[in-house]
Amino acid sequence: MPKVTVDGEEIEVPDGATVLQACELAGKEIPRFCYHERLTIAGNCRMCLVEVKPGPPKPQASCALPAAEGQEIFTTTEMVKTAREGVMEFLLINHPLDCPICDQGGECDLQDQSIAYGKGHTRYEMNKRAVTDKYMGPVIKTIMTRCIHCTRCIRFAEEIAGVEEIGAVGRGENMEITTYLEHAARSELSGNVVDLCPVGALTSRPYAFEARPWELRKTPAIDVMDAVGTNIRLDSRGRQVLRALPRVNDEVNEEWASDKTRHAVDGLVRNRLDKPFVRRDGKLRPARWDEAFAAIAAAAEKAGEKIAAIHGDLVDVETLYAAQKLLEGQGSRLLEGRQTGLAYDASSLSAVNFNTTIHDLEEADAILLIGTNPRWEAPLVNTRIRKAVLRGAKVFGIGPEIDLSYPVEWLGNDATLVADLPKAVTEAFGKAERPAVIVGGGGLAVDGVQAASLALVDTLGLIKQGWNGYNVLHFSASRMGGLMLGWAQPGGIADIAAARPELLLLLGADDVDLAKFDGAFKLYIGHHGEAGAAAADVVLPGAAYSEKHGSYVNLEGRVQRGERAVFAPGDAREDWSILRALSDVLGKPLPFDSFGELRARLGEDFPALGQEGLVQFDWSPPALDAGKPAGEFTYPIADFYLTNAICRSSETMQRCSAELIHGVDFQEAAE
Amino acid sequence: MNIAHLIKSFTLWEIVKAHVLTLKYFFKPKATINYPFEKGPLSPRFRGEHALRRYANGEERCIACKLCEAVCPALAITIESEPRDDGSRRTTRYDIDMVKCIYCGLCQEACPVDAIVEGPNFEYATETREELLYDKDKLLANGDKWERAIAANLAADAPYR
Repeated sequence: MPKVTVDGEEIEVPDGATVLQACELAGKEIPRFCYHERLTIAGNCRMCLVEVKPGPPKPQASCALPAAEGQEIFTTTEMVKTAREGVMEFLLINHPLDCPICDQGGECDLQDQSIAYGKGHTRYEMNKRAVTDKYMGPVIKTIMTRCIHCTRCIRFAEEIAGVEEIGAVGRGENMEITTYLEHAARSELSGNVVDLCPVGALTSRPYAFEARPWELRKTPAIDVMDAVGTNIRLDSRGRQVLRALPRVNDEVNEEWASDKTRHAVDGLVRNRLDKPFVRRDGKLRPARWDEAFAAIAAAAEKAGEKIAAIHGDLVDVETLYAAQKLLEGQGSRLLEGRQTGLAYDASSLSAVNFNTTIHDLEEADAILLIGTNPRWEAPLVNTRIRKAVLRGAKVFGIGPEIDLSYPVEWLGNDATLVADLPKAVTEAFGKAERPAVIVGGGGLAVDGVQAASLALVDTLGLIKQGWNGYNVLHFSASRMGGLMLGWAQPGGIADIAAARPELLLLLGADDVDLAKFDGAFKLYIGHHGEAGAAAADVVLPGAAYSEKHGSYVNLEGRVQRGERAVFAPGDAREDWSILRALSDVLGKPLPFDSFGELRARLGEDFPALGQEGLVQFDWSPPALDAGKPAGEFTYPIADFYLTNAICRSSETMQRCSAELIHGVDFQEAAE
Repeated sequence: MNIAHLIKSFTLWEIVKAHVLTLKYFFKPKATINYPFEKGPLSPRFRGEHALRRYANGEERCIACKLCEAVCPALAITIESEPRDDGSRRTTRYDIDMVKCIYCGLCQEACPVDAIVEGPNFEYATETREELLYDKDKLLANGDKWERAIAANLAADAPYR
């Protein structure tokens, strides 16, 4: 632990820290453009110059200089000030003064730092350079003249996203950032380069010219596009969410967010259910709330106990709890959330959890993927696997071969392999200190795979002191919350169908095969008019994730709470209040009148859900018949950009899907 | 009672004096003007009715940077923007609530392209409040109507900016 002196203050810094980090520890602000905590050090912007003794009598780039014992660092001397002013003047030589039309204006590092560390005028009188804009896909807008060549985007694409598609050509003044072939960056994480870009060279295309940062109301929320539970900030103006940005949470998403998380928000204002609908003469017609409730009450009276509920992928825990209590009031426990018919054993939560935790997965040294495509099912888990690979982990995969952005040894698409692993795998896992198995939805869909993969816990030695390497990768944001509340039948949705319910409550469930529930009266509570609403007899308009407070449990069992950013459109109401009002109509009022009371009740009944944080599940795998799995895996997600009602309604996601999945060429249209 | 006072009273001296004063002002130049047929002088810095200007080629100046909206102390300005078909940054909505406006002129000072200005016109009284909620069309029309006067004022004031 070297001791250094920063501006006369002596501090001890960790081994391997740089001078810049030492200054940060001492509470000094060092301006920088190219340096980023989560990327490698490039040292090419020269903005972080400080004076260091002993050393050459010139300013030094602090981001690339290791802190050494006895160093004296000065951050406020005349030399440093002049050096920063000089660097800033050079950076601004070729940077256009178009801040008024730049989307980065108001949140621009260059703007802020030129005010704080710049000279305020320039001596440059010649023409500025101009650079042709590059095409980087449907979510990134480029204005390359503004680029200051910090290379953060290149390093992000190479190191974090694992797609080597952004690079630099030329040198000096002629250097240009480019995608080489002028095609869209094929990564689910490409939107992050917009946040990384310290200037306005890379900005968000869907958000182009929409708003200024100072107009937006910022609300902390939790993303529901996948089961990772990305911590996001919703920026809204008036009644519309204009953008979603990641918040830093090292345990979950570090500071990244997938493109779906970021850009599906424009689907929140399209295709919305904003008033109740009741089916009359075979057609859904707008109705008043009391008419809708009357229709439901009549159906409920007929149904009696024969009432069931199925939840969709985007539902918060509080809504599930309220619906569960509503059904219990009617004497039914027919609850299910695995819409597509998965029927794995959920009696022990530890056996369906991502036990290693997302953060610790990057320490794994051997990973086996069983029927899962983490790149699409949970892009931010994929970045952790990639980190592990970069640290030397070996990854094996069973399932159709796909590009996961890191080398994978594919064993074949054959479920029998799970029970009968090749020698190469068992050897690699035998040597591994922190082995991990990840079973995906595609894996669990095949009979016997759950039992066979649980058997691997012993044969591969997945559980060690302080390490549990058995992981199930869900991709539905409400899955773990639903399972914790008991929304699972032993036989999955087939059990519900077999019980022949007469009243079926669909909580935002759009992917259920409703043909099995032909005779039932279907009540849909949700926010988008999709398959579920179209098939329903009564539709009640609910709130999307941005329009209600709610808790979500992510795939590793982490309870997180999001806040309401905007109000639901039209007559739509928060789901819990709809269920509360409905319970009055059905004659068994729910025992809470406010969201606070609901949460308190939830905390009493399910203490783990009452507070935020990682829930610890004791390892107790269910005893399953070790049947021999057979068959092939298919990944549950056919199109990353169109997995739920919100992104299917989103123009940006539709375009991403068309361009990146189906190969439609939009490039000309963009110019 | 002295003799001088007596004489003044009998000759109605004060009335005579008053008439002399009246006559004096009768032949002096008038302090009032015959508004609205005559108008007083206005400073080039006069802050009257708002206008959105155009460039000489007809292109609207406003680039939707929203600085005027941000600086407006009365929150009278509302702007919405999006890329125009040619990809440039333009407003789709530019509203000024003239009832809220306090005519401080900060919008004009904030504007980097001299698009929003407070022109020399102050005669825009209306019969209803609604007519004072200006939208982009109204403001651009104002700009077209007053461009010569506004340009002259800006030029006159330019050396002092």
